[in-house]
Amino acid sequence: MNPFKTILILAFAFLAVFGEATLSAPRHWLGAQIDLLPALMIYAALNAGLPTIALLALFGGIWFDTLSANPLGISILPLAAIGWPVYLRRDLILRDLPFAQFVLGAAASAVAPVLTLLLLLSGGKELLLGWGTLWQWIVMTAVGAVATPFIFSLMDACNRALGYQERIEPGFRLDREIRRSRKKL
Amino acid sequence: MFKQKNYLALGAVVFVAIILLSLPTRATSRLKLAVGSWFLPLFGLAGAAQQLPADLADSVLPRRELLRQIDALRRENQQLRSQAVQSIAIARENDQLRALFNRAKQLPWRLKMAYVIGRDPANWWRTVRIDRGSQDGLTNNLPILSAEGFLVGRVSSVNDHDSQVVLVGDPNCRVSALVENSARDMGVLIAGGTLDTSLVELTYLASSANLKPGQSVITSGLGGIFPKGIPIGQIVDSRSVEYGLYTDARVKLNANLGSLEQVWVLFP
Repeated sequence: MNPFKTILILAFAFLAVFGEATLSAPRHWLGAQIDLLPALMIYAALNAGLPTIALLALFGGIWFDTLSANPLGISILPLAAIGWPVYLRRDLILRDLPFAQFVLGAAASAVAPVLTLLLLLSGGKELLLGWGTLWQWIVMTAVGAVATPFIFSLMDACNRALGYQERIEPGFRLDREIRRSRKKL
Repeated sequence: MFKQKNYLALGAVVFVAIILLSLPTRATSRLKLAVGSWFLPLFGLAGAAQQLPADLADSVLPRRELLRQIDALRRENQQLRSQAVQSIAIARENDQLRALFNRAKQLPWRLKMAYVIGRDPANWWRTVRIDRGSQDGLTNNLPILSAEGFLVGRVSSVNDHDSQVVLVGDPNCRVSALVENSARDMGVLIAGGTLDTSLVELTYLASSANLKPGQSVITSGLGGIFPKGIPIGQIVDSRSVEYGLYTDARVKLNANLGSLEQVWVLFP
């Protein structure tokens, strides 16, 4: 496990939650606040290990609920429910293709709010729901889909710029060298 | 082995989530307070960054413009002073009349200004975060007014340095309201539309309520949280519901909840 990647993902999650709480432009222009945590979870599930997915679900969920009126811990389970299946099937996913990232981002951004709403409603909470919620869900799904390839590019660029690079072994090995000589060794 | 590791990690996350969800409210709010304090430096930075353009604009304002503003403020100050003298006389008269009818003296409101530092990141709540907390004397359920004095909501949870305010139109902020018409019809303000923050629903009005568009709606003082007389908004339209059992009306809020920057905390 690369701890730098984990730290970077958690730092991005922290800033994303803070941005969602302070930037009101999406709400003004689109009528809905966007959520980048599901898209980030897709990145983590495809590029990081299990501990990173668990930490992102835990901390991302707790940070989100802290700045929201949600009961503390309610956002953890939807994030985990997105990360685990993707992680288990990640060898079958063409993770480098932007289209695959787009589709996964859309699915994650669509599923996360629905699961959170189901958990809240099953807990007997009274929520602000109506036909407008459908529009907000569409906006969240669309923005999450578009944001996912950008998050992949951004995180990869940050990893390249700030993280240590893997040591690449040269093809040449001294012990495999064929020594040619007229003398008998 | 691989599968077992998977299930262990998933189990740990689910376990922590269930523990957090089953914590008592007090413990949850303490935990939220602790985690929320991590964001305070960022909120401070964001506030300073928002203030910077205004400060820069102030520093390059020409002297002539400043003098003009001072002159306008002086005139406004004189006008307000004369109004204050008049309102003192009215208050004295009000106190005398209340004493005559053996009614308790009306205490003046105490107001404290606060800045909005954050909004709810979830779409299904309508709350904001302000930069005043228990160290400034805030407690739960204090009414919040806009900078112009219109009803905005009430304090729902208090931290040391910041608080959460549940806005009018959220299902958790119900307000007993009064229509300023001849019948003084009373109803309850409940959640409004999900997209339009300026419209809320006024329900449980009498079936015979004589409502007209443009009539003012104020707080009724019932319920014990909001004092009587805080302006809320104006009636937009009304309709009879439940086969004429009662009337519902849509109210356009006076306060612009979408662009709140400064608010007043009201200490009754």
